[in-house]
This record gives sequence, structure tokens and C-alpha cells, in this order.
Amino acid sequence: MSDMVLEVRGITKTFPGVKALDNVSFDIRAGEVHALVGENGAGKSTLMKVLAGLHRADGGEIIYQGQPTEVSGPLDARKKGILLIHQELSLAPELSAAENIYLGAWPTNRFGVLKKRELRRNAKSALEALNCGFGPDVRVGTLSVAMQQMVEIARAEAFSANVVIFDEPTASLTDNEKTQLFHTIRGLKERGVGIVYISHKMDEIFDITDRITVLRDGQVQGTVETAESDLNQITRMMIGRTLDAYFVKAEANFGEEVLRVDGLGKQGLFKDVSFTVREGEVLGLYGLVGAGRSEVVETVFGVRKADSGRLFWKGGEIKLPSPRESIDMGMALVPESRKEQGLVLMMGGRENTSLPHLSLFSDVSVMNRTKELAVFEKYRSALSIKTTGPDQALSQLSGGNQQKFVLAKWLCADPKLIILDEPTRGIDVGSKSAIHELIADLAHQGLAVIVISSEMPEVLGVSHRVLAMSEGAVVAEFEGDAMTEENLIDAVSHHRKGIAAE
Amino acid sequence: MTDMVSTQKKNVVHHVVSWLLRNHIWVFLALTMAVFSFASPYFLTLNNIGNILTQGAFIGILAIGMTMVMIDGEIDLSVGAILALASALAIGLQDHMGTWPAVFLGLMSGAALGFVNGSLVALSGMHSFIVTLGGLIGIRGIVFVYTGENALMVQDFSYTEIPEIYIGPLSLTAMLFFALALFFQWVLTSTRHGRETYAVGDNIEAAHDAGINVKRHKIINFTICGTMAAVCGILLSMRLGTAEPNAGKIWELWTIIAVVLGGIRLTGGFGSMWMTIGGVLTLAVLRNGLRLLNTPNYVELMVMGAVLVLALSLDKLLNHQEDGR
Repeated sequence: MSDMVLEVRGITKTFPGVKALDNVSFDIRAGEVHALVGENGAGKSTLMKVLAGLHRADGGEIIYQGQPTEVSGPLDARKKGILLIHQELSLAPELSAAENIYLGAWPTNRFGVLKKRELRRNAKSALEALNCGFGPDVRVGTLSVAMQQMVEIARAEAFSANVVIFDEPTASLTDNEKTQLFHTIRGLKERGVGIVYISHKMDEIFDITDRITVLRDGQVQGTVETAESDLNQITRMMIGRTLDAYFVKAEANFGEEVLRVDGLGKQGLFKDVSFTVREGEVLGLYGLVGAGRSEVVETVFGVRKADSGRLFWKGGEIKLPSPRESIDMGMALVPESRKEQGLVLMMGGRENTSLPHLSLFSDVSVMNRTKELAVFEKYRSALSIKTTGPDQALSQLSGGNQQKFVLAKWLCADPKLIILDEPTRGIDVGSKSAIHELIADLAHQGLAVIVISSEMPEVLGVSHRVLAMSEGAVVAEFEGDAMTEENLIDAVSHHRKGIAAE
Repeated sequence: MTDMVSTQKKNVVHHVVSWLLRNHIWVFLALTMAVFSFASPYFLTLNNIGNILTQGAFIGILAIGMTMVMIDGEIDLSVGAILALASALAIGLQDHMGTWPAVFLGLMSGAALGFVNGSLVALSGMHSFIVTLGGLIGIRGIVFVYTGENALMVQDFSYTEIPEIYIGPLSLTAMLFFALALFFQWVLTSTRHGRETYAVGDNIEAAHDAGINVKRHKIINFTICGTMAAVCGILLSMRLGTAEPNAGKIWELWTIIAVVLGGIRLTGGFGSMWMTIGGVLTLAVLRNGLRLLNTPNYVELMVMGAVLVLALSLDKLLNHQEDGR
């Protein structure tokens, strides 16, 4: 096709242990907005980084304006007219808007002295073309996030970009700012710029894009015309099917209500979320990334603040707790990212297990090694953790075994409610089923368990009851025979369709 | 018409206030000067002001290089040792090759050591604190070897008369300090290298993505810092007529104190030579004023420590107001 600005053919990129992109081909036409969607880890960002010169592909070719092209680096990409607008903006807050637009490519004379007037004039016209409402001299650090984004977009004007890639551009924008941004994107489109639009928000995708390409596990699942597609189709392409594994479900034997959440809401994240969980019950929380699942449980646990809503703990109303109070009450939250939030990887299993409960293991502040070792051994055998000893650094263990230590350290405080956020992400199959068994075992012992997962078979397999979340709201609840993949997909995509239609 | 005048006035006031918020050290300097002029009748004499400027200029010249390195988000602890080596070479080599070649070689030693510091930091990925801490000890060792642990004396005493040029109370050393500071302020605001300095210190990823050669850039700034240390060492050798192997000991700390006092952050990406000049002068005024009042040395140290913490809390407070960070 003649109006193709950029085409990638058979791009492959491997990182140690992961095939991030596997024979990916797609193209961008002049004057179109092309959405790139997929769950986290599908390869969207890697693909964009290859196009913008931040990564080099292992195989395949990039054809730009009809010519096979090598993109040697980010500045090269920008000079050729391919501009990536990051989720985290790549600006220097202490420099002015003009200096940021031309970051690294400032107009200078032979001796490296800035041509300030030229810089200012060019930046001014780029900002004016976008109707930015601020001048070239303003210090970027004083601008709002939306305005900072405009500074990045102004680079498209300044370098006469032919391809602009937006990576989650609305992540931190208000509704008004979003409308403004879409207006700008349509303006770029009219001038024949090819736009790649990466987002998790389906309503935006259906609002602004012309075509949609779905990535999953580094492979293209297909490209469709937005007008001829619907959310159901896209959602199915994104989620796909995985082989049903064998899941153990705890015998349903529920006791008293442990936690009741009533009308919990937080501006911009989720609204009017209500649910209960009982002793011995596993409650599944399903939804795509961005549905607000993690935010809800983090709010219940006290990591985030809520705007509205009430909490009941064992039947009595409590005020929204701090994390410390939650732990003391008997709540445990096992976060998604082990390395950032869960473990000190340089320390061994013994020290990690006792870390959140040092007072339980110490006599007048002096650590009691015997107690620590006893608990370590207990969980090592209970969870069949493979480690050479109590002091082997966790960084040497596999992801699955690290995850077991995360569980161990929360379990040894004897919680009443344990919340697991994506407990099996990125770990091997063997460890996965060990963790599934453990979840069933915990429920059997009478704990209340909440499991968040993006993997449908997992959430259906381990839970007694499943809540479907979409766009910050609980859209459906399934129990017993109603817990099927069809029902979950329908609930999630119908709700999204409803929002997109509004 | 009156409206326009008043908005213009408002703009000017706003401009002045925001400049003072970012350069609050000048307010601090004015305050200290006011206090000392009441406390001592000798303080606000032309003679004493000249003294302050000359005394301050030595730390000041070190602080110029330090400012470049610190806006990059790095630090250089080896400036005191580089200063000692440059001063020892400038005096020690005079007998063999004459004054100016010796001075030139002294300067080159500073540039070379700065280049080595920068290369080690940029190429090895080690933190500059560690690299230049090694420099601090190692280069001092070289100084002791070269001088044989003795102070080197200048033979030709016309050498000590070189910096004896005055414009009013302003010595050549002080003039050099101001000239260099203004020059590097111009570099920071008006050259590609200066813009790179802020970009690298502020958001190194963005700088790298924008195609800036971060490694080469850092090497240049460390070389500037080493050269400034050598300039300071040579001026000191001219003033004293000797090169002590212990010259410039813990001056790196005073330099960092002066720069930080000016409001420049250790995290980089922020600062100007105006801030550094303010910090350097405040430090010099404090030392001079306390001595005029015959304050015992240990009290002087206590006061300086307190002032440093106070000035930084002020910075934190004001910057919170300014942009809510």
C-alpha cells in the first residue's frame, strides 16, 4: 500500500529467558490511529522501544517510508521522524519548555553556543501549533502532567514527525485533559501523521483508533478494523485460552463473615465496591489490568486512602485502617511485585520470614534465632520450599520459591484474612500448583482468602465465588455452576461496551 | 495605563520574589552581614570586605568546578588533594623549567586527574563518591611522595608578587573567582554543554534517550572540576610562597558545604553559579565575622554546622512553598 508510513516485518526480540517479541509484523498508515493492545507482558512496550531505537531487534526488518531502515538510537529515530511519547515523560523538569522540546538536539553554532533566539522561535511555533496555552520559556517542572505531555507532543511538530507512538497517554490525565489530548491527536492525524496508540482502556481505543492490533505473549493475534470489531472480540483475542490445569478447590465449609466492604470508592480508580468474604472461603477477583482490582484491596489494607465507603471486620464496623493496624487485626496482603514490596533478596529465608514480625521473634529487641529457625523449618516443609538452608540469599532462588517465602512471612503471623495479588505471576508450573494447593489448604484451615488474578482458569479453579471487575466497578458476581469463562468474559466486555457507548 | 504599570510592577515583584526563593542564600547573606556589622565595627570596612573576598575566592574557585559536577548529580571529593599536588608541582618544578612552564604543568596535572576521575566514574559505573574518595587518599599520597613530606619553598620571591594586583579592595584572586564564576554561569545557560549538564543531572534517562553522550559529558565536567582545583592550588602557592603537603586538607568539605549552602542539591539537575557565589560568600562572611569577634575555633565550627543545617531546612521549606515538592 502506498500510504504506509511504517511497516515492521517479522520482528523478533529475545531477552534472557523470555521471547518478548516473536515474529511480529504490523504496519501504520499515514493519517491513521492504530491501537496496540494486550495484557501486561504481551510485548507492546518492547515493540515500541524497538521502533523508537531504545532496543535493537534480534531479527526482522523495519520499513520506513518505503525504505528498509535501521534505527540506531533514540535521537536517530527522532530525527527520522519517529517519536515515542513515554508513559513516564522523558523531560528534564528544571529546563524550559523550549529546551525540553529540543532536548539533546539544541540548535548551536560551531562552538556549542546555543542559538537561543532560534530555539525559542521554533519552540514557540511548535507550541502554538498545538494551542498549548503556555510559552517556550516556562520551566517544565511547574507545568501540570497534561501540559508536560504537550511539551513532548510539541516535539512531533518540531521534528516534523511522521510516526508518533503514545504509550498509555491518559494514565494520569483528567477527563478534560483527555478530551484535549484526543483533540490534539486528531489534529496530528489530519496532517497525515501515523499514530500508534497503546492503552489498556478499551473505551478510549474504540473512541479514537481506526485499527486495532492485539498482541499476546509476544505474538500478533490479529489486526482488525475498529469499526468492524467489538469489545467481546478484542477481549477474547487478548485473553486467549490456556490449557485447563488441574485445580484443587477447598471443600466449601464457610464460617462467620470476616470482612465486609460496603460502597468503597476512590475518585478516578474505583467506585461503589461492595463484597464480603467468610471464614474458609476463597473469593476470586477477576478483571483485566486497569480494572481496579489491586487498588481495591490496597485500599482495604490501608496502603491507599478511600473517598467513601465502610468496612466491617468480623461484624463490627471499623474505620479505614493503616497497614500496621491491618496487620495487627489479622489481615495480610501479599503484593504482586515480590521484589519491590515483598522480599529483601539479599537476605536469606530465615530473616525474610521473620521480617514483618520482628517483635514475635525477639526477646527485648534481641533476635531469638531458635524461634526463627523453627518457623523457617516449619514453612520450608509445609510449602516444600527448595533452598539450601536458612541463610541462602533469596536472589539465588527461583521465582516460585521466592513467592513461597512471601507467603511464609505473612502466614507466620497467623492472619485471619489473606489477600493474594497475582500469586502465581511469572512462576513455573510446578510452583503454581503448589501455591494453588496451599490456597485450598488455607481455606480448609478456616482462613478467609481473596485471590486476584488475570488468569481466568486460575481464578475459576481456586475460588468458591468470583467477582468480575471492570473500569473500577464490580460488574458481576458468580457462584457455583455460573462460574464459567463465557460468563466472565461476557460480564467484563459487556460492561466495557456499555461504557464505550455512553 | 495605571493598570499596565501596576501589572508590570506586579510582574517585577513576582520575578524578584521567585528569584529570591530560588536564591534564598542571598537573603541569608544579607542577614549575616547585617548581624556582623552591628557586632563588630571593623566588619564593614573596605579593607575587611576585600579580605573576605580574597579568602572566600579560594574555596570559591573550587566550588565552581564542584557546582558543575554536582548539577550532574555527581560529587568530587578529591579537589583538596588535587589542589595540593598542583601547588607542589608549580613551586617544585620552577627551579628546573622556570615559573610559567611549572604553573602550566601544575594546571595540566589538575586537568589530567579530573579526566581520570571522570573516566573512572563514567566508564566503570562506580559512584563518584567512591572513585573520588580513592582520589582524595591516593593523590594526597602522591603529594607526600613528591614533596618528601616537607613544605616546598619558592626560591624566586617575585612569584609571590604575581597575584598582588588590586582594583580597589578587589585582589586578583577575587577577580579571577568572579570572572570564572560568570564565565561558567554563561556556559550553563547559553551553551549546549550547559544544557546537557542540567538534563543529565535532572533526568539521565531522558538525556540518554535524547542522544546526549552522557559519559563524555561527565568526563568533561570532572575535568573542569580538576582544573579549577589546580587553579586554586596555584593561586594558593603564589599567596603563601610555599607548598605544604597538607595544603587544602578538608577543603573539599568546605567546598561542598558552600555549594550546598547556596541551595544546590546533591541529587543534581538544579543550581546556578549565582547560588554558588552566594554560598561561598556566606561561608566566607561567617568565618571572617566569627574571627573578628574572637570566637574560639571550636565555637566557630559549631556555629558553621548549625548554619548549614539551618540554611538547608530553609531551602526545604521554601521549595515546598514554591512548587509543592
